Amino acid sequence: MTKLYKGVDSFETNERKQLPFYIALLAFGIIAPILFPNYILQIAILWVMVLFAQTWDIMGGQMGYNSLGNVTFFGIGMYVSAIVQVGMVYDVGQYTSAAGGAVGTAASLAVGQGKFTADQYYEGIIYGILAAGVVATLFAPLLGWLLFRLRLAYFAIGSLAVALTAPELIGSWQWVGGGGGIAMPVHPGSADARSEFFYMLCFASAIVTFIFIKWLYSTRFKLAINAIRDDEDKAEALGIYTLRHKNIAWAISAFFLGISGAIFGNMTGFIEPLEVAFPTITFGIFMVAMPLLGGKGTFWGPVLGAIVFHIAKELTWTYLLGWQWVALGMLIIITVVFFQQGIMGWAQEKWPSKFGVVIDETAMDARTKEEAS
Amino acid sequence: MTTSVLEISGVSKAFGGVIANNDISLNVPEGKITGLIGPNGSGKTTLFNSIVGYHPIDDGSIKFQGNEISTMLVQDIARLGLIRTFQQTRIFSKMNCVDNLLISIPHRESTWRDMFTPYDQETLDKAETLLEFVGLYQKRFLIAGELSFGQQRLLEFATALMNNPKVLLLDEPTAGINPTLINGLIDRLHRANTDFGITLFVIEHNMRVIMNLAENIYCLAHGELLAHGTPDEIQNDQRVIDAYLGAH
Repeated sequence: MTKLYKGVDSFETNERKQLPFYIALLAFGIIAPILFPNYILQIAILWVMVLFAQTWDIMGGQMGYNSLGNVTFFGIGMYVSAIVQVGMVYDVGQYTSAAGGAVGTAASLAVGQGKFTADQYYEGIIYGILAAGVVATLFAPLLGWLLFRLRLAYFAIGSLAVALTAPELIGSWQWVGGGGGIAMPVHPGSADARSEFFYMLCFASAIVTFIFIKWLYSTRFKLAINAIRDDEDKAEALGIYTLRHKNIAWAISAFFLGISGAIFGNMTGFIEPLEVAFPTITFGIFMVAMPLLGGKGTFWGPVLGAIVFHIAKELTWTYLLGWQWVALGMLIIITVVFFQQGIMGWAQEKWPSKFGVVIDETAMDARTKEEAS
Repeated sequence: MTTSVLEISGVSKAFGGVIANNDISLNVPEGKITGLIGPNGSGKTTLFNSIVGYHPIDDGSIKFQGNEISTMLVQDIARLGLIRTFQQTRIFSKMNCVDNLLISIPHRESTWRDMFTPYDQETLDKAETLLEFVGLYQKRFLIAGELSFGQQRLLEFATALMNNPKVLLLDEPTAGINPTLINGLIDRLHRANTDFGITLFVIEHNMRVIMNLAENIYCLAHGELLAHGTPDEIQNDQRVIDAYLGAH
């Protein structure tokens, strides 16, 4: 028998066909900040968005669990890194009551300045990012224990409730600054050096996530979570370890979101629960909207969705100021109502053969063989 | 006398006031094809659901290869090698046929590491062999949800075989399949039994099919075991005829 399975000519599994896109993405990431130094922050956030979309799609697109609460891990990561970075040098409680006391004023930021040497800063941020990833990962099965009893819309609402509760809990926790937040350690270098440093972190975290997910989808794990999406009862009837897969899928999302939160918190410089750490109505919604726009349940869909969405967002902020939220809301509504399959889903319907959905005319099936003999 | 791979004794199950199964005892002999018939609502699917652990039973015992399974969870029972298909065909509708088969490999010995390895060539070959067996080889890259109903049935049958079950419970395998395909399916069920050595336990409404297929048949009516015998005995049993024609 011919070994045709490997020969499926699907765009999403054929590495040679994807190579130009890998190169384009990598080249853009390296050259764009050099060509457009004024937009370095916007491009950095583009990478954050790509990471958001890809990590959401593991659960929402591939596994069919539409989480509205993924932003929770982002916020957890942010706070964990803050606690670790501050805690490595100072007592966190004293630091927050001194530096974070007066909310976000220039004076309070000034108190924070110069408190960390360059060595302390870099050492802190490395440990902070790692701890953020680890702790966020640990939270995934914990929340999963609670939420994976729910399915479909109930899971979505349950996860949303978690995302809405988290800032309230943090907000009433004075040790980490409560609603007043924490001033993050200040980068020791110049403004330009700082931008480049955080750009590289955002870019690197997105690329690592991209590669990891690419690998993940080449393993049995992908088919198992696809099976859970298509029919969870049937997956159970087959003996698939469904809960184990669900927990791992969420933990993977949580790990990268935690890291992303740590980077973003440091980039912002000042974190507080509602607007920065757990921004449910902005980042929390973007995470869902981007994969939907690009085509959920595909590999490139979320990446493409993040790029298109981010560009649309930046354009509306520039040219439709005052109406930017209306325009963005329209984009989301149009996607959800009229364009559910997203860009990649649409492409797959339009050109199924490019995605390996073909009838193998050359092969004889058993029945034709029987008839022929 | 062959040994029984599945022994059901005194199983009862009620939903509120409705007694779906009342004190049912039957044996499924290893390596054979056993039939289960009965009018609509006689409790056949409830019995299947009890066997595979979909709901707890009220009374009685279910033994698979001598071990009590009536208190085990669905997934654990499936991993023992007791697999069922559904009355309403259930396939993974957004995955292609090959993927549907690949995901259906036995999960009995799957470890954490297995989750993160690709499928090996042997598994791929087996998937293709089974797709050829059910006549879907040409269409193996099509999305399963876009196949015709009869083809989805065949695909589900192939996925069940992929799981290498010891016992396969089939809930009305020929329902909704056109008569020409049915002959092919009967043939394939026989071959699954003889070539792959899988014990079959089949719910079927189509008398022609079950009489051709099973070596011994159990008949349920009103949640109780009404008759048991060879196809000839069942066909000539007045109680069975009465139950189907509604003489009660």
